[in-house]
Amino acid sequence: MLNVGLLLPAVINGVTMGAVYALIALGLTLIYGVLHIINFAHGSLLMLALYAAFFLYALGGVDPYVAIFVLMPAFFALGYVLQRFVIHPASHGRDENILLVTLGLAIIIDNLALWLWTSTTRTIDTKYSFEVVDLGVALIPLPKAIAFFGALVLAAILWWLIAWTDLGKAIRAVAREREGARLVGIRVEHIYAMTFGLGTAVVAAAACLLLPAFYVTPQVGYAFVLVAFTTVVLGGMGSFTGALVAGLLLGVVEALCGLYFGESLGQIGIFVIFILVLLFRPTGLFGARA
Amino acid sequence: MSARVAGVILLAALLCVPFAVRSEFWLSFWLLVLMFAFLGQSWNVLGGYGGQFSFGHALFFGIGAYGTAVLQVRHGINAYVAGAMAVAIGALMGGIIGLLVFRYRLRGAYFALVTLAFAEVARILVASFQYTGSGFGILIPLSRSVENFQFADRRVFYLLAWVLVVIGSLIAIWLENSRFGAQLMAVRENEDAAQALGINIVRTKVLAIALSGGMAATVGVFYVQNYLFVDSHIAFGPAMSIEALLVCLVGGLGSVFGPLFGSVVLHAIGEAAKQATGNAPGLNLVLYGIILIVALRFLPNGIAGLFARRTRPKREAANA
Amino acid sequence: MLEVRDLGKRFGGIAAVDGASLDVAQGEIVALIGPNGAGKTTLFAAITGFVPPDTGHVRFLGETITGLPPHAICARGMVRTFQIVQPFGGLTVRENIAVGAHLHHPRRKDALARAEQVAAQVGLDKRLDQPASTLTVAGRKRLELARALATEPKLLLLDEVMAGLNPTEISEIVPVVRAIRDSGVTVMLIEHVMQAVVSLSDRAYVLNNGRIIASGTTAEVASDPNVIEAYLGHGAAERVKTQLQAGHAS
Repeated sequence: MLNVGLLLPAVINGVTMGAVYALIALGLTLIYGVLHIINFAHGSLLMLALYAAFFLYALGGVDPYVAIFVLMPAFFALGYVLQRFVIHPASHGRDENILLVTLGLAIIIDNLALWLWTSTTRTIDTKYSFEVVDLGVALIPLPKAIAFFGALVLAAILWWLIAWTDLGKAIRAVAREREGARLVGIRVEHIYAMTFGLGTAVVAAAACLLLPAFYVTPQVGYAFVLVAFTTVVLGGMGSFTGALVAGLLLGVVEALCGLYFGESLGQIGIFVIFILVLLFRPTGLFGARA
Repeated sequence: MSARVAGVILLAALLCVPFAVRSEFWLSFWLLVLMFAFLGQSWNVLGGYGGQFSFGHALFFGIGAYGTAVLQVRHGINAYVAGAMAVAIGALMGGIIGLLVFRYRLRGAYFALVTLAFAEVARILVASFQYTGSGFGILIPLSRSVENFQFADRRVFYLLAWVLVVIGSLIAIWLENSRFGAQLMAVRENEDAAQALGINIVRTKVLAIALSGGMAATVGVFYVQNYLFVDSHIAFGPAMSIEALLVCLVGGLGSVFGPLFGSVVLHAIGEAAKQATGNAPGLNLVLYGIILIVALRFLPNGIAGLFARRTRPKREAANA
Repeated sequence: MLEVRDLGKRFGGIAAVDGASLDVAQGEIVALIGPNGAGKTTLFAAITGFVPPDTGHVRFLGETITGLPPHAICARGMVRTFQIVQPFGGLTVRENIAVGAHLHHPRRKDALARAEQVAAQVGLDKRLDQPASTLTVAGRKRLELARALATEPKLLLLDEVMAGLNPTEISEIVPVVRAIRDSGVTVMLIEHVMQAVVSLSDRAYVLNNGRIIASGTTAEVASDPNVIEAYLGHGAAERVKTQLQAGHAS
């Protein structure tokens, strides 16, 4: 058994990474967990938003935490248009086709990024990038701490949206019984597009919170996609609390795997958990249905 | 002209390539086209005829590639024997994963994602251990002789790949005319009805994925013998998985020559795009993504569906 | 031939089937009727292995088959059709039926030939090369029937094969079902269409709220007050009797 001196920082590291996973998964929880739109382009959209935030800072001097207010509406619109005018028509409504269409989107977005911006790793250095939060047992970079709280705040907002607003009710209605919702006058295609737009807006917010603590390359999208799905499925489809807890859990698992088995094997824990959850407990930790 | 006839004509034309083409570049190009056609055919068995869409077919490709490389380099086993063993392992892994996954009724998108997860696990594993070359990959020592399954003349590889594609097409024809194929397609169309007619769904799917895995592993073996090098990204990365499904989807799911059409068209367009844009990295893949979406929107039966239909009905676009 | 004893199946808190027992003898046509939601399809599903029963057992041809998977039960000679038709949409009619034929005919040629035979039996011989997805409702019902027949069953369970058919179509299918029995296949059918029940079946069981509330010949069952109550509501039996007496009197 390794001593607490090594274990604790690893766990804390895992928690902060896990907050990142949770952040990224929140948008997908809405899109996939609630409405079952299997959005394989989720990671690519995150990557796109990261680049957007990067360029806003590098070329316009806009602080990423401010960029949130610019990028969220922009990416909402992007998401709406993608769902309504690309994904829906191309997939003819079938689940597997949606997966394939979004795969196509992911390929396009990832490689456009590669072509336009090359594989050079981009990071930003803001004045607070190097500040740390002293927890006594460990030092956490301030941006990561902010990301952690950002995840909590976003989750709370999403929860309120779904539970208390009319839009949220419409979304839940469509998720439960699509044709019935149509019959009571809900414009179903519009709701799907709104949900996708919202989920994408959340991803944009996640990107802005993420950028100061992370980096962006064109490959980042693919790297996060499976983790995002794991988080959503583990958390229990459609549960924002679940996504938070699952994200944190996965971050810790990854850190511990890295500690015990070596750095390169860190992520394996996540994929193994994904496989196990799908096989043995597809409803996840907090979910109602598979 | 029916798709079958077009396919045969295409095969005949491809047979002429080694005799008509002088440049090493184009020979390699068409060699890859053939290999990807057979890879697509392996995906076709499970995805086109079986209706189970795998997003991680690189897993089987990689098992073939790493299997034969490791057996040769670490254990000194003869190249042909190593290749055969790697193919067997590929089929076996297919069966094992199938048993695990299909017994627990994973379907549709969940199945797709789980196969991706398996491929990623494999990728991380081989990159983490000395035995499999860790981050550097494995190099097979150059030793050109027939006994070592290496040929000085690439045209031999080409002809072997051509034979593979023919075998793949024969396998597809067999599926369309056999009891197993009929049962597999029944499972694809409607599992409950298939069960009610006496078909053991799990067994059918497991056999399909084992066959598919063995075929994909064969491409892996071939690839390694041709390039004498493999690493975790080539073997288990998303590129091969996407290649397998793209080629099949664009060419025509569940058709004999669909994967061949898909491979030829996709790579021809991709190469043309590369030449036109001065080899900008990523651009030809953007094109692939666009072609995929366009095919899904407008060509539910792929390129094969553009030819005169025999009695093959259009793929159902409605919800099940 | 078929022996069902005390079969029970709960979904959550609701007993869809509650201690149902019935028998089907060789060569009979037995009807299973009852109001909507009575549990008839669930009973079929439990008998044929699609849904594992919680209690009770099923014996077919002397062998206990409770809990066996559907494909194993089909292999033993009991086949069901579905209330909501499930064609193999991407295949032609011929290919659809051939799937059933393959159960006992491993060779493709044999299966396809058998498929043609069966298609003729149910009147689909003109549509063999049509895609199954282009058939009308009546056509799909015949296809459902044909596929099941092609497996050469000893006992055929038909789930509302008449539903959605107009009177002409019904009168065309009834003789087909009768011919099937005459060719040696025992039939049990779930039906709402009384015309079919009366003209086809020798005996009937009535299911209500998951329980068998009456059984006997169709005439006996039709005048059973429990059955009338089940269909028409509480107190209906009395009212019907009074009405009939008033009708006789005037």
